[in-house]
Amino acid sequence: MKRGASVFNRAVMSLVFLFLYAPIFLLIIFSFNAGNSNMVWKGFSLQWYEQLFHNRLIMQSVYTTLLVSFLATLIATAAGTFAAIGFYAMRRRWRSPLMTVNNIPMMNADIVTGVSLCLLFVAFFGLWGNFAGWFNSLGLFQLPTRLSMGFGTMLIAHVTFNIPYVILSIGPKLRQMDKSLIDAAQDLGCTWMQAFWKVVLPEIKPGIISGALTAFTMSIDDFVISYFTAGSSASTLSVTIYGMTKRKVNPQINAVSTLLFVSVLLLLAAVNIREARQERLAAQRRQS
Amino acid sequence: MSKELIRLRDLCMAYDDELVLDHLNLYINDKEFLTLLGPSGCGKTTTLRIIGGFSTPASGDVLFDGVRINDVPPYRRQINTVFQKYALFPHLNVFENIAFGLRMQRTPDPKAPRRKVKLAETEIRERVMEMLEVISLKGFENRKPDALSGGQQQRVAIARALVNRPKVLLLDEPLGALDLKLRKDMQIELKRIQQQVGITFIYVTHDQEEALTMSDTIVVMDKGTIQQIGTPEDIYNEPKNAFVADFIGESNIIDGIMVRDKLVQMYGRQFPCLDGGFGENEPVDVVIRPEDIDIVPVEQGQLTGTVTGVTFKGMQYDIIVDFRGFKWLIQTTDHSPAGARIGIKIDPDGIHVMRKSQYSGMFGDYSSFSDAYDELDDAEAGEGEDET
Repeated sequence: MKRGASVFNRAVMSLVFLFLYAPIFLLIIFSFNAGNSNMVWKGFSLQWYEQLFHNRLIMQSVYTTLLVSFLATLIATAAGTFAAIGFYAMRRRWRSPLMTVNNIPMMNADIVTGVSLCLLFVAFFGLWGNFAGWFNSLGLFQLPTRLSMGFGTMLIAHVTFNIPYVILSIGPKLRQMDKSLIDAAQDLGCTWMQAFWKVVLPEIKPGIISGALTAFTMSIDDFVISYFTAGSSASTLSVTIYGMTKRKVNPQINAVSTLLFVSVLLLLAAVNIREARQERLAAQRRQS
Repeated sequence: MSKELIRLRDLCMAYDDELVLDHLNLYINDKEFLTLLGPSGCGKTTTLRIIGGFSTPASGDVLFDGVRINDVPPYRRQINTVFQKYALFPHLNVFENIAFGLRMQRTPDPKAPRRKVKLAETEIRERVMEMLEVISLKGFENRKPDALSGGQQQRVAIARALVNRPKVLLLDEPLGALDLKLRKDMQIELKRIQQQVGITFIYVTHDQEEALTMSDTIVVMDKGTIQQIGTPEDIYNEPKNAFVADFIGESNIIDGIMVRDKLVQMYGRQFPCLDGGFGENEPVDVVIRPEDIDIVPVEQGQLTGTVTGVTFKGMQYDIIVDFRGFKWLIQTTDHSPAGARIGIKIDPDGIHVMRKSQYSGMFGDYSSFSDAYDELDDAEAGEGEDET
């Protein structure tokens, strides 16, 4: 009876993994296909990868993606760290409702975030046009009257959806920290700012790093929000891939998706290995 | 005797409309071991935080060497603190923890006196090593704090504060997290360190035994006010009111009437005593310590009562005796079985008379005394269930 159950369990588990990973493996395998079919294997080749690296459109989007992810991570990590410290210093009465407000964007559907940011930018550009027209009429110096969505708006959008993740990963580290550490640092000659750099920052560093890695992964990964806020002048890799699927399906998509999958996988592995190593170190220290 | 170093003048402090310090006045002498003693919420930690500069009093002054320091931030006071849970920096090893304060220090450059420079690395090294010697932790300098035992962390915290050569060391219940044996050792260790470095220690605790063991002066606090200031002997032998008598040691506190000087009446009987200066027939509280009571045969007793409980405590028996509905605690080496009728005799110097206070009638009856009661129990457990 028990044996039967365990066989059944394993079968279900295998099916789940099959459904989860079969499409990805198929994609990876066919990215090395010599033919341009997604069904018939014609031998091993790297031609799609080669074409990929000569595809200016894709290379440009890879660059845009990396740049927007990197900048968004940097800004969101700095802003999120200070926001988390602000939350920490608040009284509980204010902190709990504000933390809920912080958490909602993460659970919110991407499409809602994307569309609402898009509407916000459009509304702002309208107001800006009026303001710039009035300002230019003063004749001091000229402001551009027409703004449009592009890299800048996409960067703002990425920063916006990244900040909550950073706050969420730093908050627990701050709460675990002994409050009197700050008092102790001040007692030993630090101003508040020195206490922050010398004591608080080293304490919450693991939280900051994992927050930054999460933010970077989220940014690389994002399609929906980028799609609504990038306008026509900038395009991330995922938006470009989406554009390519609208025309004839090109096996270059397989190749670029494989690369995206592998890089996100490596990033996640790095995060997990880091955490595991830290836990082991902490355990070792407690033992000795 | 020695000179005054710190004076607290008319300090008031409130959190959320609740008065924590109520017009507190206190002076602290140089090189003194002073203990602020009281139950949790009595304002002792608040007082310490005000001296350390972590809290600003709502009103009143803090004077250090005659200078008002209310607005001086903690990092500019010649005061260092040992925190309740040590607050060692987890990312730094023992050496760097102790060196932390020294690395923050800036001294005038010997070549160009207007420029401030860091302390020389050789001096830092020397002073940290010297401190490691004082706390007997040589060879531990590369350990991280979480690789140390509680007692060792405690000593590093003391070294980290003392290495800065402060004029005053504040200690906020530093032994609270240690087990009983270690706590007793550390009490002696702390007293030794204080005498060795020769500076003022201000110590906060709820543990009366700790206070009696280490202090030159004890300040007993309750509800944001000082109940009594004195040497351990004064506080124990001459408590000012029922609160102090109950908080320090064990006390039977009985309603009495001061007939005249050196004669007090309890249970309708007159007892000779040594106190005086009260009005004629003034109602008073009478304190009788459990160890000052002799058990005698019924016919020789000044009072007679019935034993209701006996607990063996190793060195002595704790006996609960019912005297007309009011239960006393008596500590004696003679065993009396429960149910026995006994007489008691109290020498005149075993009786201490106190004026009536807001605490009269709240303490000193052992009706709810149980075997489980143990004054060395952890504070949180001990404080709530006092024998009211």
